[in-house]
Amino acid sequence: MATALSADAATPHARPATARRRLSRLADQVHRRALGATALLVFLAVGLIVFEVVRGSAPALGTLGWRFLIGAEWDPVADHYGALPYLFGTLVSSALAMVMAVPLGVGTAVYLAELAPPRVGAVVAFVVELLASIPSIVYGIWGLFVLAPFLRSLVEPWLIAHLGFLPLFQGFPFGIGMLNAGIVLAVMVVPTIVSLAREILLAMPGSLREAALALGATRAEGLGVLLDAARPGILGAAILALGRALGETMAVTMVIGNTNRISASLLAPGSTMASVIANEFTEATGQLYLSALTEIALVLFALTVVINALARLLVLWTTGGRRDVAGSA
Amino acid sequence: MHRILRFAALALITVAAAIPAGAQSLTGAGATFPYPIYSKWFDAYHKQTGVSINYQSIGSGAGIQQVKAGTVDFGASDAALSNDRLKELPRRILHFPTVGGAVAMVYNLQGLDKPLQLTPEIITGIYMGQITVWNDKKVAAANPGVTLPPAPVMAVHRSDGSGTTNIFTSYLAAASGQWKEIIGANTSVSWPSGIGGKGNEGVAGLVRQTPGAIGYVELAYAKQNQLTVAPVRNKAGRFVLPSLASTTAAVEGSALALAKDVRTPIVNAPGPDAYPISGLTFLLVYRDTKDPAKAKTLADFIAWAMRDGQAMVEALDYAKLPDAVIKVNQANLKLLTASGKPVFAGR
Repeated sequence: MATALSADAATPHARPATARRRLSRLADQVHRRALGATALLVFLAVGLIVFEVVRGSAPALGTLGWRFLIGAEWDPVADHYGALPYLFGTLVSSALAMVMAVPLGVGTAVYLAELAPPRVGAVVAFVVELLASIPSIVYGIWGLFVLAPFLRSLVEPWLIAHLGFLPLFQGFPFGIGMLNAGIVLAVMVVPTIVSLAREILLAMPGSLREAALALGATRAEGLGVLLDAARPGILGAAILALGRALGETMAVTMVIGNTNRISASLLAPGSTMASVIANEFTEATGQLYLSALTEIALVLFALTVVINALARLLVLWTTGGRRDVAGSA
Repeated sequence: MHRILRFAALALITVAAAIPAGAQSLTGAGATFPYPIYSKWFDAYHKQTGVSINYQSIGSGAGIQQVKAGTVDFGASDAALSNDRLKELPRRILHFPTVGGAVAMVYNLQGLDKPLQLTPEIITGIYMGQITVWNDKKVAAANPGVTLPPAPVMAVHRSDGSGTTNIFTSYLAAASGQWKEIIGANTSVSWPSGIGGKGNEGVAGLVRQTPGAIGYVELAYAKQNQLTVAPVRNKAGRFVLPSLASTTAAVEGSALALAKDVRTPIVNAPGPDAYPISGLTFLLVYRDTKDPAKAKTLADFIAWAMRDGQAMVEALDYAKLPDAVIKVNQANLKLLTASGKPVFAGR
């Protein structure tokens, strides 16, 4: 009787419960499908981009072939196209930016995460992240109207006078050029490095610090241990920053000087792949010209893929295949 | 009774308005340089006739792509299409010049006794990288009595493809055989020296900041920003400052050549008052279309732009077309057809 009663009492409740469960299972499924679809959409978008870029550059690929990558002449009048000056400009300006931004960014991150009083750290971190939200055209204008006169009147004449024996610092102090572009890019990517590296350092287990100190390590040695452990993550942060530097368009276009000549000097003007597309695409006429510009986009895309792949390999290699370390590219 | 009559009349008018061969809207795309005057025209024309024209200033090259794809009713370009480019298009098109523009030479040299005067040889020499200091013999010869500083010359050009560059390089190609052979003329070229600034503002910014710099910008931009502009020696041997009048004079001087082919560059035009670095901007119109209503509307608009439209041009710092060129356009309007039938009766 008691069991019957309880069963009777349970049944009216059970029905809505299973219905609810069924409903929630349905909701789960809809949820999963919807999220799956959005993920697929991203995948599709990348696929379509690749398809369109390859299709657009087909005439140039057919006509110019591999010479496109090693040709140093870009002459829309004669319909000769070689992307080497732009490839060179992209790699050099980004490398220059990384040389300046990585030490600066990692240094700032270490200070913020390990040395600064927590309140100071939070405020400075906020200000650094604010830098990341400034539109790139503002950086461009700053580079053109503030940095360029400063470089032209003070920094570049000094470099020419004192380091002019190096091919890197020869030529005319234009103020704009590779050096200016490198500095602007460095300022633009520092926030990425700082905020990511800081998060990674903060996520390192406290036991690392304690163990180092317990073994009698100095504070500097302890930091060394910490940085060593955080290396893959910091590398990832640097790669993300490099990705941004490679693709940056507007700011670089405004300060790099936009010439398609390859020069050993950092003071000389140059061009990047992104800047030549931004400069010439809207007014480009002629099938081969447009197609050559699209092929530059393809090269830039391929370069980004290669660098990302290299970064993954590098992370894998430095961690020896471990996946337990915070952060990865 | 009265009311019914009125209603009938209204209905008749409505029907009558619906019948005539005129579309109510057109789309176009292309050049950014004439965008201010085009949008003014389209606005005024809409108020007068109710026809709305949607124009997207996406750049000449992009506009030509749209014409090629057939997605617009007309295109607009600052550079006339060469025969090779015309061959790439699937349909025949006609060029209609709408307004003139000039390219001003701006420079940054402090403490000159008199304004700097430029000759074609000086400008080509500078942009070729052959004249590297301001007290060069060629510069001195054109500026007697002026003490030129030994400052280095920095040549600034537009880094982005532009109609301004097309006019400027067409001029250099007309002035110098060497330039024509090695560099040529286009919306962007392979510059042998100097540095590039993005847009008029980029060039002007670099010139203003750098002592010894020289650059070229649209006349309207130079005027509105009060930049130091140099007079240039024209074909008649006179030093002429760029202005709306001297640009119109250049178009006028080229009228004969334009009557043969409206695509002829008008740089280095004959005439004592002609400013030599001048150019035209064009509408690109399909010679034959399937849609008679749209073709007629477009032809009517162009006829209007040649008549009433020209009066609005100078307020926006464009040079108006001389009568001779307007006549060429009016004659070309009669060549427009829809499925083989002429669409424009003309006046």
